[in-house]
Amino acid sequence: MVDASPSPLPDSGAPGAEPRFVSRRSQRQWLDRLFQVLAWGATLVAIAVLAWLLVDILSQGLGRIDGQFLTSFPSRRAGKAGILAALAGTFWVMVTVAAVAFPVGVGAGLYLQEFAADTWLTRLIEINIGNLAGVPSIIYGLLGLAAFARLLQPITGGRTVLSGALTLALLVLPIIIVATREALRAVPDSVRLAGLALGGTRWQVVWDHVLPAAFPGVLTGVILALSRAIGETAPLIALGALTFVPFTPGCTEGFPYVNPLDAVRCPAAIWQSPFTVMPIQIFNWISRPQQAFHENAAAAIIVLMGMLILMNSVAIGLRSRARKFQD
Amino acid sequence: MTEPLPSTGLWQPKRRRSRLVEGLVRAVCFIFAAISILTTLGIILTLIFETFDFFFDPFFRQALWVEQLPQILPEVSEAQRQALADQIQALNPKQLSSGAEALGLRPPSPVAGFFYALGRFFTDTRWTPLFKSADFGIFVLISATLLTTAIALLVAIPLGLLIAITLSEYSAPALRQALKPVLELIAGVPSVVFGYFALLTVTPFLQRLIPALQGFNALSAGLVLGVSIVPLVASLSEDAIRAVPQDLRQAALAMGATKRETIQAVVLPAALSGIVAAIILAMSRAIGETMIVTLAGGQNPQPIDASLNFINPLVPVMTMTAFIVQVSLGDAPFGSLAYKTIFAVGMSLFLITLSLNIVSYWFVRRFREKYE
Repeated sequence: MVDASPSPLPDSGAPGAEPRFVSRRSQRQWLDRLFQVLAWGATLVAIAVLAWLLVDILSQGLGRIDGQFLTSFPSRRAGKAGILAALAGTFWVMVTVAAVAFPVGVGAGLYLQEFAADTWLTRLIEINIGNLAGVPSIIYGLLGLAAFARLLQPITGGRTVLSGALTLALLVLPIIIVATREALRAVPDSVRLAGLALGGTRWQVVWDHVLPAAFPGVLTGVILALSRAIGETAPLIALGALTFVPFTPGCTEGFPYVNPLDAVRCPAAIWQSPFTVMPIQIFNWISRPQQAFHENAAAAIIVLMGMLILMNSVAIGLRSRARKFQD
Repeated sequence: MTEPLPSTGLWQPKRRRSRLVEGLVRAVCFIFAAISILTTLGIILTLIFETFDFFFDPFFRQALWVEQLPQILPEVSEAQRQALADQIQALNPKQLSSGAEALGLRPPSPVAGFFYALGRFFTDTRWTPLFKSADFGIFVLISATLLTTAIALLVAIPLGLLIAITLSEYSAPALRQALKPVLELIAGVPSVVFGYFALLTVTPFLQRLIPALQGFNALSAGLVLGVSIVPLVASLSEDAIRAVPQDLRQAALAMGATKRETIQAVVLPAALSGIVAAIILAMSRAIGETMIVTLAGGQNPQPIDASLNFINPLVPVMTMTAFIVQVSLGDAPFGSLAYKTIFAVGMSLFLITLSLNIVSYWFVRRFREKYE
């Protein structure tokens, strides 16, 4: 940099040469601002649509939620109808999904993360789990229809609570497996090495040290999986869940209608019972022409979303607690 | 060390028991992991088995038989042929061959019926499987599915991409922490709730703007479907955009490019493979989505004809998933033609989404820019 004085570019002004670079700065900066406004606008649109949805449902349904609505069976008259059967069905289906998917999903995650050698079979299982997450949920319903409701009819009793729960359990298994593996991966290897060095078997180390450390993360995954299952409609419709159910599963005829003791007293009356769940009840009410039923649907949506938000906040709380422990 | 240790009351490891437990646990966990393989096998075998059952259904043999009557009996009059056709249609599908003996005519072979059914499935221009004069043109349902999916992508690609850009390039970390849960909330809304929104909120709203819009239509179904997949596009694209190294941005800015130019000319091209994969995955999700399109899109398969209603977003349509729901809500007994039809439709749906997922996977691997 000896010559500091700006020398003209060699080709500038020369006849027939390319025109000089023009920075057009004001135009470019204007475009820049426009793009930024556009980007923020898109974000606002998404928030606005969500707000529109929530406000609309709250304004339609909030007035409809009362004791009668929560404790009545479906009815031809919208004013007399309620979500009791759907609540009971959702309760039993979700309990069963959790009971099946939790051990199976965590066990599969443990196997892939802690036990399995890196063989072609392990890799096949891994790729397969990734693919299963991309299968449309209604296809799981068809699988449930053919496998659980038809093939295993002697056990499941057809289109019942058990068939529905098994179908949903298969649907959410990939979520639990992936979450379990992530939680296990977050446990530092020093824990494993220390345990093994003291002479523990792999399982002893996993059971006594790794799994407890990973447990909040695992539980978060399970809750998120259940919150996915609780809102699923399509697979249960394909399975053939009923839309008009004037009874609850189990053998408790009166109050409180849902009795966990029934699981011991009369298991067949629960798991081999036809059923409906909240999303199907909502679907049924939406597809009726009368406005009064639409209000019922909105009210049931509020109840369903309330359950979802509750489950998600528990999951988020667990996740932040788990982070605190890791630090 | 040859003689066994004297029993001194010291702690002794129970090696044999530990090993037994270890083996048992490993076996059980392996079985649990293998359940995912069984699920895939179950899905594929179920769909293949029931789909073959559909194409081999005697209904198609009878239909082919009636169609072939002019060639089998060229000398018979039209009225007689019609009577014969009615007799064939009335035969018990389970005892086709004995019924054929009674008529004194040879029915087409099952294989011929299979290929006839396959031809009908791909070339019929109407979808009326539950009517007496049944037609099975799967492209009627596929076109409706593609219509709603296209509308959804028109919403989800610009919105999702711009949101991803906002999150990764424009928003402060604190704001980003606040915006992410909003996206998660949208992603967590059950599809039946979006269905409510599309049918009872968006459609009446749009009807005020577009008077020709019918109560059920592909437009509002597609729009809301698009909103429902925005979180998927946004979060996957954001991951791809954030993976672009900071050096590239700084280099572009140092060259005097504005932020928009940096994003458009440097960041987005570098993240392209991830973004395209996200869009393909979102498309696959939109194709398999059920409740929104069933509730808001309607249950009217539009024949593929010159009226072009099958690509008209203002009229009711029927997607593949909506058909499965329609049949499932009615009572379809195991083994009936309607029961088999939903598996044939499910097979088409599965193949389409599976190939999209594979393309997306391949795209990421083939076009990923590696930065070290």
